[in-house]
Amino acid sequence: MHGHPIEFMFPNDHGSIAWTLMIVLYPYITGLVAGAFVVAALYHVFGKKELAPVARFALAASFSFCAFATMPLLLHLHQPQRAFNIMFTPNFTSAMAGFGFIYSFYLTLLGVEILLVFRDDIVARANRRGVEGWLYKVLALGVTNQTPGSRALDHKWISALSVIGIPAACVLHGYVGFIFGGIKANPWWSTALMPVIFLCSAIVSGVAMLILLYVIASKFRRVQVDDECLRSMMRTLWLFLILAVALEELELLNMAYESGAQWAMLSRLIHEKLHFSFTWLQLILGSVVPFFLLLIGMRRGLHPGVRIGLGTVSGLLVLIQVMSMRWNVVIGGQLLSKSFRGFNNYLPEFGGREGLGVAVLVFCLPFVLMFALGKILPLWKTDAADGH
Amino acid sequence: MNCTPTGCPSCQPAAVAPASVASPGLAPSSATPADPGRREFVWDAIRTFSFGALTLTALPILVAEADADDDPKAAAPPADPSATVGAAKRKRTVLFGYLVDTTKCIGCGGCMLACKNENAVPDDQFRTWVERYVYYKDGRVEVDTCTSGNFSFDQKPALDPKVVDKAFFVPKLCNHCVETPCIQVCPVGASLMTKDGVVLIDHERCIGCAYCVQACPFGTRFINHKTNTADKCTWCYHRVAKGEKPACVEVCPTGTRIFGDINDPDSDISKVLAVHRIDVLKSYLGTRPKTRYIGLTSEVV
Ligand code: SF4
Ligand code: SF4
Repeated sequence: MHGHPIEFMFPNDHGSIAWTLMIVLYPYITGLVAGAFVVAALYHVFGKKELAPVARFALAASFSFCAFATMPLLLHLHQPQRAFNIMFTPNFTSAMAGFGFIYSFYLTLLGVEILLVFRDDIVARANRRGVEGWLYKVLALGVTNQTPGSRALDHKWISALSVIGIPAACVLHGYVGFIFGGIKANPWWSTALMPVIFLCSAIVSGVAMLILLYVIASKFRRVQVDDECLRSMMRTLWLFLILAVALEELELLNMAYESGAQWAMLSRLIHEKLHFSFTWLQLILGSVVPFFLLLIGMRRGLHPGVRIGLGTVSGLLVLIQVMSMRWNVVIGGQLLSKSFRGFNNYLPEFGGREGLGVAVLVFCLPFVLMFALGKILPLWKTDAADGH
Repeated sequence: MNCTPTGCPSCQPAAVAPASVASPGLAPSSATPADPGRREFVWDAIRTFSFGALTLTALPILVAEADADDDPKAAAPPADPSATVGAAKRKRTVLFGYLVDTTKCIGCGGCMLACKNENAVPDDQFRTWVERYVYYKDGRVEVDTCTSGNFSFDQKPALDPKVVDKAFFVPKLCNHCVETPCIQVCPVGASLMTKDGVVLIDHERCIGCAYCVQACPFGTRFINHKTNTADKCTWCYHRVAKGEKPACVEVCPTGTRIFGDINDPDSDISKVLAVHRIDVLKSYLGTRPKTRYIGLTSEVV
């Protein structure tokens, strides 16, 4: 009886992994797109009125993240100048080939919805003088007269786009999960649950990000955080956190229980290679702790200040959870050599095209865009006139 | 409902319905008076959405159909060697195959050296390599490679027969699979299969996304540091297209590596395939490798 061979990696796996930090960042940012959109849709489609204070901002946030979702991909490509081949000569048996189309569709949808949601404000400013006036005229698509009829039509469109946007968000992010889930060569990725897991964690990250941004923006704007709105977001976060974590753990439980051919190595991956980022960050700090914090923070009649504190901390922890989940999937999956007998190492470098520095920079860009959008559009307005 | 696809009038409106699926409830007739500019904008948006939706649903089907004909996969024989002779009789086209007889390999590394020289493969990357499996008396199995110097295992300390039961070498290279996950996942079609069954990469098209590197279960693909595109063994297509042998086959002193047309019953490879028990790597993944092996054990992956 021969035991298991030890520590051997295929030579091309040595010392480098093919998908680095940028590919961790990419699903993270697209997740925020989908998640923020869901919050806007909860208001526009599911009539969650208490979310009114963040509904418009949620759309702008979703758009801002979406606008930069391709950046990490471009930085990762070894031949970025050929990136558009993915749309010019797509190979549709590839899960990746749909990206250009799904992404463009979603970005357009978000852009149009924003123009419609803010149309009243845009039109009202279109008769300003100079460059400013021109900017708003362009945003009004050149049509600056509004009638009650046209407003009604706008609202129909907003609802329709929100309705289309929900499955589109699911496709956008479920598809990202599928890119990993469809790789049978990799036992850490290959599971039909992957798209669903990605989708749930996307929603989780989007809601958490909105909670955080709402609290921070309110501080800067010196306005009170709407208690009901915050409570509702925390409840949504709590529910989706349970769903996301349950799916993630079920997947793992299933692997462990089946104890298939690769389980011995996968369990080593979890316990040795991903011990900190999985057990501590993703599971304990990012899932268990915010579960309880949110549970307390959701209680009716809680002091608003306490609620804000609990919401902010859990938002932050959940964002860490999702980031580490992306890391554990994307990087973790590549640490195990295809020989299933040895592990790679990876720590992102600071400099370089795919380094930590650039990653941080890329991640800051959506916030800059959000800030800019906030300068030209009233992102925090909750006007009763918008018919909801 | 029990009616034929064409004959039932009540079905026909349903059959046309999908064209408007992308814009439920958005017909302009229901719109209250809006000015022409706005209406045009609305219609533009409808067109964009419908186009997007149609492309996403229709194209994969069209592409799958186009793929179906004229495909070397159709001619590829199954792993079962007894079937290859029958396939060869049909004598359709050349279909290349590769066989590694691990019982003959002496781990000299000549093939690795030849490959490096022939294909200008960067130092720390490999289109082919040789693995050594060592079975110790205490039950351990160790695997290693020799990826430096002249690639010969002679550079390593000799094994001690007192503690070792058996040891053998297994050369590895691209399997030129029939059901290639690498071609499947390439988003731009830069990975392709020639009519004679060789899997190649178009370095002018490759965007360097490395999806194929992830998808290949055998670790044979890498992003070439020099070209910044995906790379792997081509069975020396530039040579075999001229009737020569791949460089590794040419230099192998023991006849471990055999290459040829498996559609030709008289080729060297067909003759060996016809009489030996043949195996392929990771057969459970269903990629149907065309690089075949003699003498594998369950420890070899
Ligand atoms: S061995 Fe890998 S690279 Fe070669 S054809 Fe099979 S899947 Fe593709
Ligand atoms: S790296 Fe090149 S060959 Fe491989 S999947 Fe990407 S585009 Fe295709």
